[in-house]
Amino acid sequence: MDFGTFLIQLLNGIQYGLLLFLVASGLTLVFGIMGVINLAHGSFYMIGAYLAWSLSAYFGNLWAAIASGVVLTVLLGMFLEWLLIKKLYARDHLYQVLLTYGLILVFEEMRSVIWGDDVHGVQTPGVLSASLPLTDTLSYPVYRLWISAVCLALAVGMYVLIQHTRIGMMIRAGATNRDMVQSLGLNIQLVYRVVFALGIALAAFAGMIAAPVSSVFPGMGNQVLIICFVVVVIGGIGSVKGAMVAALLIGLVDTFGKVVELQIGEIKLLPELAGMTVYLLMAAVLLWRPEGIFGRRT
Amino acid sequence: MNGERNPGAGRRKFLQESAALGGAAALAGIMPSIALAQGAGKIKIGLMLPYTGTYAQLGVAITNGFKLAVQEAGGKLGGREVEYATVDDESEPAKAADNANKIVNRDKVDVLVGTVHSGVQMGMVKIARETGILHIIPNAGLGAATTQLCAPNIFRTSFANAQTTYPMGQVMAKKGHKTAVSITWRYAAGEEMVAGFKDSFTKGGGKVVKELWLPFPNVEFQALLTEIASLKPDAVFAFFAGGGAAKFLKDYQAAGLKGKIPLYGSGFLTDGILEAVGNAADGVETTLHYGDGIDTARDKAFRLAYAKTYKLNPDVYAVQGYDAGLLLAAGLKAVKGDIGKKKEIIAAMEKAQIDSPRGKWTMSKGHNPVQDFYLRKVVGQENKVVSVAMKALDYPPAALCKMSR
Amino acid sequence: MEPRQLAAAAMLATLAALAALPFFGEKFTVQLFTKILIMAIFAMSLDLLIGFTGLVSFGHAAFFGVAGYILALLTPQYEAANLWTSLPIAVAGSALAALAIGLLVLRTAGLYFIMVTLAFAQMLFFLFHDTKIAGGADGIYVYVRPAAEILGWKPFDLENFVHLYLVVLALFVLVFLLLRVVLASLFGRVIEGIRVNEHRMRSLGYPTFRYKLACFVLAGALAGLAGYLSAIQFGFVNPDMLGWHLSGEVMMMVILGGMGTLIGPALGAAAMMLVEIAFQALPTVGSIDLGKHWQLFMGSFIVLVVLFLPHGLLGLLARVGAVREGGDG
Repeated sequence: MDFGTFLIQLLNGIQYGLLLFLVASGLTLVFGIMGVINLAHGSFYMIGAYLAWSLSAYFGNLWAAIASGVVLTVLLGMFLEWLLIKKLYARDHLYQVLLTYGLILVFEEMRSVIWGDDVHGVQTPGVLSASLPLTDTLSYPVYRLWISAVCLALAVGMYVLIQHTRIGMMIRAGATNRDMVQSLGLNIQLVYRVVFALGIALAAFAGMIAAPVSSVFPGMGNQVLIICFVVVVIGGIGSVKGAMVAALLIGLVDTFGKVVELQIGEIKLLPELAGMTVYLLMAAVLLWRPEGIFGRRT
Repeated sequence: MNGERNPGAGRRKFLQESAALGGAAALAGIMPSIALAQGAGKIKIGLMLPYTGTYAQLGVAITNGFKLAVQEAGGKLGGREVEYATVDDESEPAKAADNANKIVNRDKVDVLVGTVHSGVQMGMVKIARETGILHIIPNAGLGAATTQLCAPNIFRTSFANAQTTYPMGQVMAKKGHKTAVSITWRYAAGEEMVAGFKDSFTKGGGKVVKELWLPFPNVEFQALLTEIASLKPDAVFAFFAGGGAAKFLKDYQAAGLKGKIPLYGSGFLTDGILEAVGNAADGVETTLHYGDGIDTARDKAFRLAYAKTYKLNPDVYAVQGYDAGLLLAAGLKAVKGDIGKKKEIIAAMEKAQIDSPRGKWTMSKGHNPVQDFYLRKVVGQENKVVSVAMKALDYPPAALCKMSR
Repeated sequence: MEPRQLAAAAMLATLAALAALPFFGEKFTVQLFTKILIMAIFAMSLDLLIGFTGLVSFGHAAFFGVAGYILALLTPQYEAANLWTSLPIAVAGSALAALAIGLLVLRTAGLYFIMVTLAFAQMLFFLFHDTKIAGGADGIYVYVRPAAEILGWKPFDLENFVHLYLVVLALFVLVFLLLRVVLASLFGRVIEGIRVNEHRMRSLGYPTFRYKLACFVLAGALAGLAGYLSAIQFGFVNPDMLGWHLSGEVMMMVILGGMGTLIGPALGAAAMMLVEIAFQALPTVGSIDLGKHWQLFMGSFIVLVVLFLPHGLLGLLARVGAVREGGDG
């Protein structure tokens, strides 16, 4: 691999990592602040993508689709929190796993009923549809760079929101001491509802902005879900910073795992075992720090 | 996860557990009644296909095609009424053998039709070999089903994976491409698709400079596209399907490779996804046993009938399901619907010439279609047939099948 | 009769009914119950972790699949493996995998534990899926079921579906008794203590990590037994045997029946399979084929069970029982 190709692969890895961060950040927030494990998180990525497709056909414009899609998913999130999730706070994680496992089946089948089982494409918005030539054969789509920029901006926004605002303070307080917040007269119920809605809206938003490059297809949420778990485990539950670092690590490991050739004697390791690399990374991190890189020691 | 238990609670629990076990035993008595009463004189056809999940659409198309064939035969096969039992295989290989067993032993079907997913097909072939039930495969292309694992009672009306790509390698070599890179998922179907292409491409004097693989069902192609750009081969051969194919075609275009390095593939790369990819697939050439604009009276009639019945346009899967119906009709006609004469049915099915919308085809010794393959080019929303790439192709050679009769 | 005697009698009657099943049940029913009993062993092994030790493992299918794969690899292409060697090797293989994974995952707890067990199962999934060790994504056959011959004597023939059923039933009873003995022993009380309050057990001087590890390995081994039997029954193994869908399904069986009991998971296994069959048989209403969308009902069913039946069917029985007892008093 020459140096130029290496740099481009580095860019690929970072770009993939940033998108992973966007999906995983919602998951880690809901984990960390509410202590709820949401297996159906990937389903919202899928729902987001399908919303982007059907709404952009309706409005004729991706931006309007994203704006209305985010509003819809926030409302859906608040409704779900009210209907189901709030009943899980006092329950064991086991029940959270199962209930949200059931939700995966429900959402997947609802998708089939409402939108069918076809593969769909979403048009890249005109302004961003250009490509930047990098070499004589390879160019880089502007839209992908735009996705990265949006992910970074959201990461910064989330950091500021949580660390430096009153809402963030309430959220942080809710995470550490539920009772105290309640006794201070803050409405913890509302805080949780908002956090849950924001968490899944982040996943849906990721699905929406990824739709033009990823297409829209059944089962797309499940692919994302497991990898997001790995991100959260490596980064440390509840840590937005950790999610960022872990997502970038995974982006790079996944990218180079597919193109680097590694062989010990006769046994080919890479890229034959590329599917396993991120899990090996996770195992290594767990040996070193069982609570994840930025996790709180318990 | 409640607190510690007291001895009294333990005893009560023991009682409940016993009562519960009694309930389970009672169910054992009910179960046989679930097995449905068989309709007298009817031929019972088991459709084990994906009706949920990623391949649901394919399962529906195959079912529609099959039922259309039966309907055109007057709703009867060999003079007997037809009834259906369906099982959703969910494209879930872990449940494959169980589901196949369910439809054969519980629903007691006479014929087993299915399925789409190769892994599930493995389980079905296993049950078919064990029970000897007449089995028609309307899609799954795993090569072994009609070579190493072939059996008298197992027929296929679709294709073998490598069969669809073998013509492509020859086409590419003839176009003067000397080097090529292949890219696909690392799973059995992907490996067979690449093997077929590689076989004929190397025979034609070409060289596969690198085989690129992606863990299934990963769709993060960017790293491998960068690799292709730096290798600069004369051509790229790709196999993906469904959502993965759509994303690959868009990424190929976005990476600026489209128009610089020509892209070829198995027909599945561009089937059923053209609406989703916009112009990203324009000009991509693929080989398959079906396509748009075959322009025969037979195909036109089929398309019209299908569109009328289901308010949908047929695709290659519908054709495969339709042909499964035609094949079975040919077998049952020979014995006037006497499903007990299995030997005669099999003999008739082996000899049948299927007048398919894709063109006439016959059965190989391994019970895989010996059929023409079309070279198709994506034009707008269509996989337009350009020419016949190979005539009456039997591949992988049926000689690999050692069938004991 | 005393209630305790009554219960024992009910249990024996159930066992007798199950043993008599092949003599009045159809082939399909016998096969269905073979599968239910196999899944019941699998579910009981998971309940040892979830219900008794408080370890919510979301990757239990890994051990189920590993043993299945070991059988497939030990079976020559057209001959039978030997039952008496392949069974211990397969179970030991699963136990070994559980030991290796357990050493890592038991360093974590709570949410982490759930996700980490899932991720390790996925790792094994990709190992079998992406390499040619055993047929890759398509899986691999076990053409001939293991032979049960010892020194020329053949006590039973696994190719016979009745024999297979009876062997599975016997193993189910054995596993049930084994777990009863284990749970009634000091070991059982220690893991119970760990579930309730691990800190206290540790300060009492119990090496809780080792106890949990032993539990994890035992559960893995029993899951392996179930996986081995499943591979025998269907003659086919595939990476999805290690997949998270199966892990989720078996977890559901445990909850549906009632966790923290032994009969509960077995009952749950039976109930889950029958419910699935029932949903798939739903009729077409108007233009909508309800049976085709059975997953929607399955998902809703799971949600409802979690919300309203947290202690499963046994919990429901307990509540009914409590109401009745109250009424009598």
